[in-house]
Amino acid sequence: MTAAPVTGMAPRLLRGAGADVSLAEHRRMHGDLPDIAPEWLLRAVDDSGLTGRGGAGFPAARKLRSIAGRKNSLIIANGAEGEPASAKDVFLMRRLPHLVLDGLQVVADAVGSNEVYLAVASNPARHRLDLAIAERNAAGVDRVRVRVLPVPDVFLAGEESALVNAVEGRASLPRSTPPRVFEKGAFGRPTLVQNVETLAHIALIARHGAAWFREVGSVEDPGSMLVSISGAVARPGIAEVARGSSIEQIIAAAGGLRHAVQAVLVGGYHGTWLTPTTMDFRPGAGVVVALPTDVCGLVETARVVAYLADQSAQQCGPCLNGLPALASVLGEIARGRSGGRAIGPQVRRATELAALVERRGACHHPDGSVRFIRSALSMFETEIDLHAHGRCSATDRRPFLPTPGVGGAR
Amino acid sequence: MSTYVEIDWIACDGRGICSELAPEVIELDEWGYPIIPAAAVPAELEKTVRRAVKACPTLALRLATRSG
Repeated sequence: MTAAPVTGMAPRLLRGAGADVSLAEHRRMHGDLPDIAPEWLLRAVDDSGLTGRGGAGFPAARKLRSIAGRKNSLIIANGAEGEPASAKDVFLMRRLPHLVLDGLQVVADAVGSNEVYLAVASNPARHRLDLAIAERNAAGVDRVRVRVLPVPDVFLAGEESALVNAVEGRASLPRSTPPRVFEKGAFGRPTLVQNVETLAHIALIARHGAAWFREVGSVEDPGSMLVSISGAVARPGIAEVARGSSIEQIIAAAGGLRHAVQAVLVGGYHGTWLTPTTMDFRPGAGVVVALPTDVCGLVETARVVAYLADQSAQQCGPCLNGLPALASVLGEIARGRSGGRAIGPQVRRATELAALVERRGACHHPDGSVRFIRSALSMFETEIDLHAHGRCSATDRRPFLPTPGVGGAR
Repeated sequence: MSTYVEIDWIACDGRGICSELAPEVIELDEWGYPIIPAAAVPAELEKTVRRAVKACPTLALRLATRSG
């Protein structure tokens, strides 16, 4: 994974990210953390307009304030990154671990927490963080000791209640809500879960303030974000772009297209298929995959849904029954008309199943999966027509989107 | 204030007793899991629904009272 050059803005998070950044280099580049009052930091994050970079986009300051000053709170930095097409969090933890660890200390001070975990699924990231934490301990820069928490490399490991379970030593599975984790999280204590990129932004806001943060991005959606760009682009990798960037600008940050594109998947496997010219979209956790015209969007969607079904925590009836049923019917659509059978009923069945799954689970897995499926059924409508007539526009049959454990991927 | 049925999906095993006791409000899907209406429980059925909620063997159902 390479860092693509940043377009349209000077790198912030990705400053110096061409190589692994040591603590000494990090301090030279960014300076030491200033001594700041908790309320100053909370207000700065509030004024900055920073939203969570893990996908849900919840205002970071509101999360911090939900546990600030409460006794016995704990913090979980979320570096689980279970989304197969996302790589920015692991990139950040490997290249720039000290930004994340700075952010974690600043947040621990601001909310008054003495117990801090950093959840990671990637082994290389874990080893890099262990080294970085050792460097910091030797230099005596941290108040709170950070405990690296290995979590399984599965889609739902980063779901916040699954992280709470992991801290408690239980299986990384989502829990029922209520209670929300800030009310009653790990060991019944108020728990703050914050994505690692969000923490890295906070490390910079602590140094430069809210007005600086807002110099990039739009008024409603300020700052920068990391994006994981893959598929039919010239330079797949990680880029830093201004919030509010268009899909075309994000693709330009990866060197532009290297092949004609029929659709772009934005927001990962709980996200949506869009056309590259769509302006109104939610970037989620910054996953952008450009699907070239020679790959079948229906075949890809069916395999991803099989993956999503496989990744169900199997705890809630509608999800554990509905997602495999959806995977199966989408598979039939992907294979197309066979033996003279029309596929119209399958499309109707997929729509019906989607409604039966939506909002009927403890976590957002069914909802996100349904969002992805619905967008595919509308984006690839023309392809569905082709399949109904026993044809398919794809010329390249190799699996395209990564679906670990399900089918082969390039 | 109105009364709503809420469900803990992890606790629900799809035994179907709720639907047996309050078929007017709770139907089962094709896998046997309850379809919980988003709308408030009609006042005249509240007693029936309360009985269904209490009878859930996995304690997956609860009644919530909230406005509109």
